[in-house]
Amino acid sequence: MLNTAETSSGDAQARVLVDFDRVDLAYDDTGGNAIEDVSLSIREGEFVAIVGPSGCGKSTFMKLVSGLKPPTQGNVVVDGREVSGPLKIVGMAFQAPTLLPWRTAMDNLMLPLEIVEPYRSTLKQKRGEYEARARSLLKTVGLEGNENKFPWELSGGMQQRASICRALIHQPKLLLLDEPFGALDAFTREELWCVLRDLWTEKRFTVVLVTHDLREAAFLADTVYVMSKRPGRILVRKEIDLPRPRDLDITYEERFTDIVLELREHIGRIRKT
Amino acid sequence: MASTKPRKDAWAPWVFTAVIIILWQAICSGFTVSEFIFPSPAAVVKSLVEFAGPIADHAWQTFWTTVAGFGIGVGVGLVLGFIIGSSRFMYNALYPLMIGFNSIPKAAFVPILVVWFGIGTVPAILTAFLISFFPIVVNVATGLATLEPELEDVLRSLGAKRLDVLIKVGLPRSLPYFFASLKVAITLAFVGAVVSETVAANKGIGYLMMSAGSSMRMGLVFAGLIVISAMAMVMYVAFAMLEKRMTGWATRGMDSKL
Ligand SMILES: Nc1ncnc2c1ncn2[C@@H]1O[C@H](COP(=O)(O)OP(=O)(O)O)[C@@H](O)[C@H]1O
Ligand SMILES: [Mg+2]
Repeated sequence: MLNTAETSSGDAQARVLVDFDRVDLAYDDTGGNAIEDVSLSIREGEFVAIVGPSGCGKSTFMKLVSGLKPPTQGNVVVDGREVSGPLKIVGMAFQAPTLLPWRTAMDNLMLPLEIVEPYRSTLKQKRGEYEARARSLLKTVGLEGNENKFPWELSGGMQQRASICRALIHQPKLLLLDEPFGALDAFTREELWCVLRDLWTEKRFTVVLVTHDLREAAFLADTVYVMSKRPGRILVRKEIDLPRPRDLDITYEERFTDIVLELREHIGRIRKT
Repeated sequence: MASTKPRKDAWAPWVFTAVIIILWQAICSGFTVSEFIFPSPAAVVKSLVEFAGPIADHAWQTFWTTVAGFGIGVGVGLVLGFIIGSSRFMYNALYPLMIGFNSIPKAAFVPILVVWFGIGTVPAILTAFLISFFPIVVNVATGLATLEPELEDVLRSLGAKRLDVLIKVGLPRSLPYFFASLKVAITLAFVGAVVSETVAANKGIGYLMMSAGSSMRMGLVFAGLIVISAMAMVMYVAFAMLEKRMTGWATRGMDSKL
């Protein structure tokens, strides 16, 4: 049974938050399936990473989870309900920070609250409270004191931190990250791994992280899924049973590199076929 | 980079203008060019002073006609730009029409407008409007229509309605485009008003130049030319300054990437 498998994130009885049952998605009639026969379940609080070659349907998977696209075949159930349209319980961040350049960091964080209920209708009265929440979130990611800076005054890494904060401000159950660290240099990237790890440890939302960095997947995730070339199928499900809390040092240990090598072998096999 | 240079070189355009005027005067005096063909700067200044009163009258007429046409152009341009930019269907339906309309020389409308509204102020206002609203439409529509797909996903996954996206992202994003188009539109509006005045009015700088020309008072014709370009330049600079004030974030954002 998938859900009772032993993982370091503990609670094996946790509720299933995302459930894919034999899901296909075709963008149009001619192109064939972008992803095919995908079945998996994600527990509440689980940290899932999805790896696979470029164009295999990782972003497509995210669109299905977030309800931006309906499946062509099969069922997608999120939070106990069949998905039919955008879910307000998700927060998303991408490789490009997509902050609004005319808004300060603080006002960029406020954007989701201007859209999602119940914040939208209470924003006027509770602005102070929400800004305090934004400020503490910015502090957790190390952006304290940058509330009133505009995106162009922030480095790429700082913008990406703000972008992740924006994805979390409305306290979503599910955080979707599509190659969020892909454009950053190696040092900044590892720093942000730790930022994300700490955020997740503290708040225990569910994370789906799409990445092409196998070390990133192994360091952060409870479970790694490897996808095949288009049409994307789930080839391997790999549980990362490294103890938590994980420190960056672990990435130099043999048990860690063994996992990375194993994942790489699967990817290598995809390339050859 | 571009924003620091003009400060240092601010004297340059003035010096060049002075050089051109001196050259102009020298050629006119040196070759004794007839005042009826090509008046010297001195003769133009003389006309400017001598006819200051009537010139001011005509200039005021041209100015308010232009601003009225420009004002309508801004209103219509904003509405049309919003409609075209906010829906893909409208974009596909109206954009080709707009391009077709834009390729008509606007002076060709003047005879029609004269038949409809008679000689005078109305054709001038309408010509100014017809010629000036197009850049506004295109710019507003472009600003609204270009939304990064990722940002759209972020907003839609939060359950944002189309109107939310337009107001929170589309409008602010199209503002720099809008203000950039204003300075182009105001100069075009001057062109429209003056073109209409030269053929279908009995007031305005266009009319003044036309009638002064037909009585061979070339000093006055050139005086009119100088007045109209001064007005257009002042308005251009005013709108360029407004643009800078309103949308500093757009240019500063770009500076940091350079
Ligand atoms: N909007 C779309 N319309 C049609 N085809 C698309 C669209 N988006 C993605 N695809 C196709 O679906 C496949 C999977 O794309 P994507 O999910 O973006 O891959 P990944 O994120 O893994 O790189 C690709 O072959 C891509 O060309
Ligand atoms: Mg992708």
